[in-house]
Formats: sequence, C-alpha cells, structure tokens
Amino acid sequence: MSYEATGWHEPTLGENLARAGVKRRDFLKFCGGLAGVFAAGTQLDGGGAHAAPVTAEQIAAVLEGQTRPVVVWLQLQECTGCIESALRSGGTTVEEIVLDLLSMDYVEAIMAPSGDAANKALEDANAQDHILVVNGSVPLDQDGAYCTIGGESAEEVLRRSAENAVAILAVGACAVWGGVQASSAPGATKHGPTYAVGVDHIIKNKPVVNVAGCPPIGEVITATVAYLLTHANADGSLNLPELDAEGRPRFAYDQRIHDSCPRRAHYDAGQFVRTFDDQGARNGWCLYEVGCKGPSTFSACPIIQWNMHTSWPIGAGHPCIGCTERNFFDEFTPFYSTLPNVSGFGVEASAEKVGWTVAGVAAAGAAAHAVVTGVRRSASRKAAAETPLEAFGDTRVWLPAPTSRATETSKPVEAEPVQTASAVATDTRADDSGPNSDGPNDSGPSSTETTDPSGKAE
Amino acid sequence: MSERVVIDPLTRIEGHLRVELDWDPEAKTIDKAWSETTQYRGLEEIVKGRDPRDVWAFLMRICGVCTSTHAIASVAAVENALGITPPKQAQRIRDIVLGAQEVQDHVIHFYHLHALDWVDVASIATYEGDDLAAKAYDFARAIGSTWKGNTMERFAAVEQKVKDIVASGQLSIFTGGYWGHPAYKLPPEANLMAVSHYLDALEFQRSMIRIVTTFGGKNPHPNFLVGGMACTIDPDRSESVNQVQLDQIRGWIAETLEFVNECYVPDGLAILSVYGGPNRPGAEDPATSPDWFTIGATAPNFLAVGRSGAIHSGNPAETRVESGDLHHDIKPGVILDGNLELLPFDPDRLTEGIATAWYTYADGAKELHPSEGETTAKYTGPKPPYRPAVDDGPWLADSEDGKYTWSKAPRYDGRPMQVGPAARVLVAYLQEDPHTVELVNLAVDRLGIEPLQLNSTAGRTLARAVEAATAARRLSEAFDQFVTNLKKGDTKVFDDSKWAPSSWPTKATGYSFVEVARGNLSHWITIKRGKVERYQAVVPTTWLASGRDDAGVAGPYEEALGGASSATPHPLVDPTQPLEALRTVHSFDPCMSCAVHVLDPDQNLLGTVTS
Repeated sequence: MSYEATGWHEPTLGENLARAGVKRRDFLKFCGGLAGVFAAGTQLDGGGAHAAPVTAEQIAAVLEGQTRPVVVWLQLQECTGCIESALRSGGTTVEEIVLDLLSMDYVEAIMAPSGDAANKALEDANAQDHILVVNGSVPLDQDGAYCTIGGESAEEVLRRSAENAVAILAVGACAVWGGVQASSAPGATKHGPTYAVGVDHIIKNKPVVNVAGCPPIGEVITATVAYLLTHANADGSLNLPELDAEGRPRFAYDQRIHDSCPRRAHYDAGQFVRTFDDQGARNGWCLYEVGCKGPSTFSACPIIQWNMHTSWPIGAGHPCIGCTERNFFDEFTPFYSTLPNVSGFGVEASAEKVGWTVAGVAAAGAAAHAVVTGVRRSASRKAAAETPLEAFGDTRVWLPAPTSRATETSKPVEAEPVQTASAVATDTRADDSGPNSDGPNDSGPSSTETTDPSGKAE
Repeated sequence: MSERVVIDPLTRIEGHLRVELDWDPEAKTIDKAWSETTQYRGLEEIVKGRDPRDVWAFLMRICGVCTSTHAIASVAAVENALGITPPKQAQRIRDIVLGAQEVQDHVIHFYHLHALDWVDVASIATYEGDDLAAKAYDFARAIGSTWKGNTMERFAAVEQKVKDIVASGQLSIFTGGYWGHPAYKLPPEANLMAVSHYLDALEFQRSMIRIVTTFGGKNPHPNFLVGGMACTIDPDRSESVNQVQLDQIRGWIAETLEFVNECYVPDGLAILSVYGGPNRPGAEDPATSPDWFTIGATAPNFLAVGRSGAIHSGNPAETRVESGDLHHDIKPGVILDGNLELLPFDPDRLTEGIATAWYTYADGAKELHPSEGETTAKYTGPKPPYRPAVDDGPWLADSEDGKYTWSKAPRYDGRPMQVGPAARVLVAYLQEDPHTVELVNLAVDRLGIEPLQLNSTAGRTLARAVEAATAARRLSEAFDQFVTNLKKGDTKVFDDSKWAPSSWPTKATGYSFVEVARGNLSHWITIKRGKVERYQAVVPTTWLASGRDDAGVAGPYEEALGGASSATPHPLVDPTQPLEALRTVHSFDPCMSCAVHVLDPDQNLLGTVTS
C-alpha cells in the first residue's frame, strides 16, 4: 500500500544532524531503538513477509538521506494524552533527534504562536506536502460546534489538512474510532452525545494508518512516523506500514496480548487471580477472571511495555481494558467482568448474570465456553483479504481452553495445576457459521447468577 | 475607541480555548476579556448507567495531561458513596502517584507550555559572537543553578542546534513565534540556558514519570481500582512491587528533588526577577518594562482544601484526609475579598451557573449545587465556520442570549475563586507550613514583592515553582512512609469487603475533593441499584476559565486579562502578536478538556447528524 509523494527538499537529515552536532553514535542508538520497536510486533510469530529484519544501520542510512518532512499534528476532540505519550517516547534523547528529523509546523500543544499566527502556520503547512497526524475525534452533531479551532469545525480543519497530506496517521482511540466521547451510556444513541467519529469516517480517499490505543505507547507513535521515513522510496514516495484489518500497523498490533503475555503460562495452567491482592495476584497469575481483555486485544504492550520498559498494565496487576480495540469502552465493559460476559458480546446468557462473579464465585466451565464465544464475536469483523488477522478476520483462532482451574484464592505458587494436557491451542480454521458452532461447553454461566444484586432491576 | 482582538486557537494549553478582547489602541492595554471554551465532549453523560467501579477509566480520559487526577477523584468519590476505606498502603501509593504527577505536570507546564512566553528562542540564533555558551554558563552559576546539565559543552550544542534549525528555514514548533517582540526581556544567554533546560526537562519528565508506571502500569492513563490499588506489594515475590522497584523509585525521586531544586526553582526565580518586582531591570520605565507581579490579578478570592496532593473522600471540613499522614497539618480553607485570613471551607456553598454557557437547567434554575448538577447542552452560538479573519465571523460574546462558552461558572458563596498553586501556597502560608513559608519568604525577599502578589501573572508562575519544591518533598515523604510500613509487614493494597455490588445500598451518594496540579477538583456521584445515576465533576479549569455569571461578574481568566483587580492595566502592544495575553492565560495552566463536562440524565441529542 503506497502512493506517490513529492520528495523532501534539501538539506538532508544527515547534513542537518551533522551540523547540529548530533553524534552518529547517538543517532545509531536512536535507530537501534526504532529497529527494536519495528521488530516488536513480529517477535513471536517467527516473522512473516512483513518481518524482514531491519538493522539500525539500515534505518540510519535511509533517515540520513531525508530532509525534514513537514508535520501537521492536529488535536481535535481529545484529552492531549496522545501527545503526552509521544513526549514520553524514550530510550534515547529523542527530542534532540526529532527536532532534526521533522519540522513540526503545527501542533497546538507545544507550538510557539497562537491565534492568527498559528492559523497561518497551519495554512502554510497544509499548502505543502506533509505528514498529517491526528489526535482526537470529530463531532458531527450541531454542525461541528462541539469542537472548533479558529472558528472552524474539527471536520473542516481535518478535511483541509488532509488535502495535501502524503500520509495520514490517526493516533489514539479518539482519532481511530471516536474514543471515549463516542462511547454511549447504556441504551443511548451511539457515537456519544456529540456524534463523535474517527478520522477514517471523514477521510475516504486516502489510507489512514490507525495507531490505536488510549493512548498508544509513545514509542509506537514515534515509530510509526519514523516508519514512513525509513521506508521512503528513492523518488521520495512513501510506503505505509503493513496494516491489519483495523488499519493498525502490524509491526505493533499483530500480536494478541494474550499470546505474548508473560502470564500466559498461568492461564494454561489454570492459575487465576480471583480477587485483587490475593495470593495469586502477588504471584503474578493470570488476570482473566478479574476481567482481563488481553485475549481479545491486539497490542505490543507485553513486548514493548510502557515508559521505557518500566512496566505495563498487566505487569502492574490490573487487567487489560483492551484500549487498542474499537469501541472498547462499550464492548469491553464492565471492565472487571470476565471477557465474553461483558456487554456487547451477545452471549447466550445475559451479561449481568455473570457480571459480578469477580468476587470469587468460581464459574467452572463457563469461562472456557465464554472465551470462545467472545472470540467468535470478534471474528465477525470485516477482514482485509490481504492481511488475514487472526480472530479479527476470516481466519479464526480459538483460545486454548483451560480445562481446569485452581479453586482457592490463596493458592500458593507451588500448587500444581490440575490438568494441562488438553490446554493446547486448537487453531481452528472452521467456517464462520454461527456463534455456537464450536463452543466446547455450552452449559452457560448459570452457576454464577446468585451474585447478581442489581442486574436489570432498574 | 477600543478595537476587537480574537485569539483562537490559544495554543500551548490542553484543549481548545478562544479569547476575545477589547483592546485600547492608544494605551495599548486590554479593556475587557471573554474566555471561551470551544470544545464539549459529554463524558458524564457517557458514564451514566455504568458500573461505578468502571467509571474512573472513563473520567480519567477527561484529561491526559493531568492524567491520574480524575481517576483518583473518581475512585475516592465512589469509595465515599459506598463506605469503602482503602488500605493505608493503597492510600500511600495514591499519594506517591499524585505527588509524582503534580511535579511532572508543573515541570511540563513551566518549560514546555509557558517558557516560550518569556524566552525568545530566536535571540540565540541572532546573537553575534562566539561566547554565548560561556555567558550562559556564567548566568546559570550567577542565579544559583547547580543543575548538572549546566556545562559549556551542553550549552554550545544547544546553541548550535538552535542556529541550525533557524538556518534551515524549517522552524518546526518555533514557526510563527513572536520572536523579537519587545515584551521579551531576557538576555540571550538566559534564553540559551532556558532552551537547554527545556530539553533537559523533556528527558527528566520522561524518566521520573516511571514512578507512576510502576504502580499503574502505564502513563498516560495508568490504572486504578475502587477499594485500593491493583498493583500488589510483596518484598518476597518477584511479580509484586518489591525491592527492585523500590530502589528504582528511590532513584527517580532523587532525580525529582534534584531537578526541581537545582533547575526549576532557580530558573523560575531568575526569569521572574527579570520580568517583575521593583528590582527588575528597567523598572524605572514601567511602560516598556512592566511589573508582571502587578498584572493579571483575579478577584482576590482563593480556595484550597489542602496542599497539592490532598485527597479527601467526602467533606474536607469534616472527614480527615484520605491519604497517608501527609496532609493533616493543613486545613481546607478559603480567602475572601483579599483579607489575608483563612475562613473555613464549606462544600455546600458551591454552585455552578450557566448564564454564559451553552446549557439549560430544568425549571429555569440559574445555578445548582454540584450534587444536584445537571447539564443539558444547548448550543445557541454561530454555526461554524466563524473564522475571525477569513469569514469575518461574529464575536461569540456578542450573542443575543449572552452565551459564549462551553464552560460553566462555578462560584463559592457567589464569588469567582482562584484555585491552583497560588491559592494553595497562600492557604499553606497562612497556616505557617514551614517549607512553604521558607520558600515564599525567600522569593518575596529576593523579588521585593508582597505575598498577595502571588495573585498575578508572574505570581502564579512563581507559586507553581514553589509548589513543585514542596510537592517533591512530600513525594519523598510519602515514599518513606510507604517503605516504612512495608518493612513493618503492611502489604495490603485492596479492601474487597465492598467490591461485590450485592454489598452496596440501593442508593448512595458520595463525593471527593482532590488538590491536583491546576487546583481544586471535586467529583460527585449518585449510585442507584449498582449503576451510576448522576455524575458531576467540578474541575480547576472550570473554576478559572468560566465566563461571566448571572450577576455579570467575570471569571478569573477574564478578570486577569481585562478586569480592575490588577494594579496595572493588562498590556498588549501588538494585537497581531498577543504575547502578553498568552503569558497571563498560560499562568493559570489551562486544561480546557477538563473544564467542560456534562451530566444530563434526560439529555436527547440536539440537532441532526450531518455525517
């Protein structure tokens, strides 16, 4: 997937770096960091066509030949968390490099001018070839009065900025699908009170790279920009990274969290956290039963981790809330309910019936059934034929079903799992014929309904 | 005859803000100002009907700059409603998280959002001579900055970087800046030092925020938990926070103390000493060198429920602080009408009005207490586009119904209140908090100002630096408490007794007050049959960015820019380069996405979808 773009003009980045006194050693270190990020998403699947190894030297060679591309970075209906995340992208002195790598001519959060001068900076940048990065959603209701910039609706600002864009990156959940303000109170109109939509709802004539997450990992944001530069052709045209069916770059989104999770062995062994701060939690057992959405979430969080590899959500004991997935605020809530029982998955039993089991009521058998159902729901999403995406495309992968589970919340780590022999992934390539076709256990979660205090009494 | 000036977008803030000004071209000062929030998202509507244990995750997305703060306020409000007391160690973790967040937020504000109002980057490139790095080195020493980044090599490299960026013609984030504006007063060597510290601060904030990541798993938007924290602590488990993480955190806190005390505070004092106080350079000619400690005052009313980082689950005046033992010595309080005496704080006196905001209240009410708050969006402004230059667009403040903003108008006892660092520093100063008194007296002596002059453009920026230092020390103390109790074997971080909704009452209400980076934040929740029935957040920037109220009294931004509370009328030399106005608005550290919130139990979508 690529399209033509005019090349950047003199001087080259290499010349700029040399004049700026950036040591080549530092630059290579930066490129090495990028190489690591690019490799991250493909680390565990053995590498496909998209996973050709890229070395720091190769990245450096490409980058040094570039001049600084103009970047327009829009913030629409959003919280600025994505820019904050980008500011945290690290491992090297990235700010020194980025000042030389890009010319970020419009970015409201940190740009010097305001008002007319800012509007002129946007106009000038929009008149040139530029990379467009968008944070935030576009509210369509009230003619766009729910978000205006310089007296213009977010939609118009976006359309104008997209005209000469040679690449468009929608960064963060809001830009990808509308985000938190596009989620809806139960029973309310979809798209939230302002009818918030993502970038690709507006921009149809150009591909949009969806850098998903709320926010995305800082290193993934900067690496996606850098990818465009490192994969530019000799004539200056750009190549977008390979995308999945959701428009996300595969280098960061082709692994399910569940599949690269360091706690996966505990899932397979039936070792689950039953309630927060129990012995299982302290032992780092699987968070599935307290609501982890890792099995339905594609992200390199376990691999790249957060804030210079300090930790990541599951590593710090909280279940994944699935923030790289579309509509996660609606589809993955209640957050602390076991995956397939969250609303929106349309399972046979109502969500409420098992929605309150996290306090420790064991649901033997229900979970295994439920995971499969959940993945089935996901599998109904439209897939791009050229990028078959497990669990989201036309190729289905069942989760390995744990056949048994530890039953005590304070189970010591030494306890042996009861049975693991059959807890092996079954890579089912069955057809798409209905949600119940392959469920290993259709008995439903009825054993847990005793804890429903509130349910739908309202 | 005044002229009209529009600043839209007002950048280097969080979110979207437009300011309309009446400008006097003779005196070159601002006569009147209108603060106009131009974004609305409706998050409190979105949390209605949801599991109250989930809603911290929604409400944290109000803001990614002051990330964590809304989540902590939300879990504290839910805990207040349900009668949950999180274990002490979980409270201490929240103290640590909030402390780290506040310092990081202040640092990012001063260096990355505010500094370019005072620092002329381009003056580095136009400096002729080869001794600028040496002069910057001497300047740093002269102001008492012992920061390790003050080296000749570093300053020379930054100087070269700036020169190359300017020479390339691609100015990146500096494109269109007001370089060479006469309101810039720093010598080139000070500008070079400041730009160097701007870059150092980027690196610093990225490093120290890992304190939060350790406990919350990511940043921005770390994870929290009603009833405690999800991160386990156990010195004898590899998968829990243990000695490895504790050692790292100790290092990051040391970095924090070092940066704040050796870089930020000296920089703040030095820069502000050039721009304000009777000893500033050029003080004899205030027309060209105005005193920024006499500009930008709000009505002299201040509100704080404690120091930065104070977390109250419930009424701050009755309940003790829900946190470690960090804040018990500072009482909540208000200062009214410029009288430097502390009055008791009463949460019943809060109201939010909508005289100038695009909402309606049921039964024509003019103002509501947040516990009964409602927000039915009703946009009556012009249809976009209304670009001032291109479309000759209308002024929002000219509207027939008087409405011009998405921000409601919170008032205390009918008064607009200043919240934030200046309010907190004054409240702590009046209670003789030793560290605050020490720092304020140092600044007051050096700059030749009065404590009440913290109510000014320069004063708020000074107060923020003072507070970064006190907050960094509190962060260190919170961590020490945490470790001390860990050594005693206290590892409990979660209270599960009220986790199950079956343990909840049919209906419950609760609220929280938290002192976050930009000021006083309160969350108000009603839970009915296990679901959120009503939610309301009263946010620092709503206090500060509000429009006029029903009595026509201006909000704090408006008063600071165009009101009579300041000793000196607000200067604005060139309306096409509104640098001076940016200074004053930025001194409040605006967070517009926070400012606009909504709850409306009966809201219907207004208008038609045009997709």
